[in-house]
Amino acid sequence: MQIHDQPTLKAEARNLNFYYGEKQALSNINMPIYDKKVTALIGPSGCGKSTYLRSFNRMHDLYPGNRYEGEIRFFPDNTNLLAPEVDPIEVRMRIGMVFQKPNPFPKTIFENVAYGLRVRGENNKRALDDKVEQALRGAAIWDEVKDRLQDLAPNLSGGQQQRLCIARALATDPELLLFDEPTSALDPIATGAIEELVHELKKRVTILIVTHNMQQAARVSDYTAYMYLGEMIEFGKTDEIFIKPQDKRTEDYITGRMG
Amino acid sequence: MNESQHLSSQFDEDLGRLRTHVLQMGGMVETQISSAVDAYATGEIGSVKSIVDADHKVNELEKAIDDDCAHIIAKRQPAASDLRLVLGISKIVTDLERAGDEAKKIAKGVRRIYENGHVPSQFGIGVRHLAEAALIMVRQALDAFARLDTEQARSVIRADSEVDTEFKSIIRQLITHMMEDPRTITTSIDIITIARAIERIGDHAKNISEQVIYVVEGRDIRHTGKEGIK
Ligand SMILES: Nc1ncnc2c1ncn2[C@@H]1O[C@H](COP(=O)(O)OP(=O)(O)O)[C@@H](O)[C@H]1O
Ligand SMILES: [Mg+2]
Repeated sequence: MQIHDQPTLKAEARNLNFYYGEKQALSNINMPIYDKKVTALIGPSGCGKSTYLRSFNRMHDLYPGNRYEGEIRFFPDNTNLLAPEVDPIEVRMRIGMVFQKPNPFPKTIFENVAYGLRVRGENNKRALDDKVEQALRGAAIWDEVKDRLQDLAPNLSGGQQQRLCIARALATDPELLLFDEPTSALDPIATGAIEELVHELKKRVTILIVTHNMQQAARVSDYTAYMYLGEMIEFGKTDEIFIKPQDKRTEDYITGRMG
Repeated sequence: MNESQHLSSQFDEDLGRLRTHVLQMGGMVETQISSAVDAYATGEIGSVKSIVDADHKVNELEKAIDDDCAHIIAKRQPAASDLRLVLGISKIVTDLERAGDEAKKIAKGVRRIYENGHVPSQFGIGVRHLAEAALIMVRQALDAFARLDTEQARSVIRADSEVDTEFKSIIRQLITHMMEDPRTITTSIDIITIARAIERIGDHAKNISEQVIYVVEGRDIRHTGKEGIK
């Protein structure tokens, strides 16, 4: 099917290079991220998907010796996320991240979600209650936890913990959500719930998701990028990538052939 | 097409077997058609029964291949060229099966004509030529599939419009015949049935060729007219 609407840019990597000390992990990446669409990053293990994803919320800043070159432009304000004068804390308010293994804090369900809001200076009880509920609803876990908000988060099932982490990321109303293999530790039912949720979430937030599961990329994303050895080999509409990729390397990867 | 091997050799074997089965089915249909054309030309209507009987086998093969396609999709979740191959094959077998049905119609029509003591060639029209052209289209379409040859596929698609034109001129001639001599009506109608079946066989060969192009290039050129075969 042809998609005629012209998507708007939410972010764009421009000539992005990244180095872990001497080791170059990303080479000259240019790629658009479209607003309120799901973009999947696929590619063999070690090709740089996580490295790329983590550049968006400046996670690499936490380690000395890591170095960026190039830009990641963030719209509508056209901020270069990588500019030294841009505060990583500010960036992380606008860009949430969900990891492979659910990592709730060893606190109550409520506090897990309220935490980011408190950091932002929200102390009003009513407002916190409201926003926590909204975030939990947004992550499709409200009905399961509304009667046990004071229980410890680590007692939830793996799938529930992951949705709680999504609620935590949603609480601060981010514009972009980064998912790094969010379902690889989950069973098929919990995975299905997360995929369904991704579909719901894109109505209000832009999503960039790393997955090693190609069917998942095909199911959840609007756009797909294939990465190999730190390079962006091919970017396109998911339908096109999975039916008629342009690059032989993409074709070989998604059809499970040896290169 | 991607000729590199899959990490799963089982998958390579599954796809290889699928292609072989399509070509086997194609061979059977081709035989049905050429026997029907021979019967038309020679009046040897003894072969009609075997043409009709072969239809049963063709149907079974169609179902088996479709089933294999479903299995491959369920087990392997094919993508890109693999996906196009499986989708293309499931359409190709539908066209092959229908071409077989048309061969059966031809055979039965031939039997009626000869049993009524007529000889179709006394009508002096180009049905036989039409049939040969359609048969060549089917052969070339199968060949294009076997070799994934899009040039060949495109030439089949071009040939189809010639068959269509020839078919129309045969119909005009037959209508004239019937008006001139109403006693020829029964046989003329049988011949029209036969010519129409042949023309449809050409359409099926064209459809198969369009699928070959889809499988190889990922372009859906159905319903695009002359643009598509450029
Ligand atoms: N902290 C690090 N220090 C040095 N090299 C790293 C570090 N993290 C990842 N790498 C290397 O960078 C490359 C890309 O890794 P990564 O982004 O994790 O790949 P992917 O997520 O696609 O599996 C790999 O070669 C990996 O070994
Ligand atoms: Mg990774």
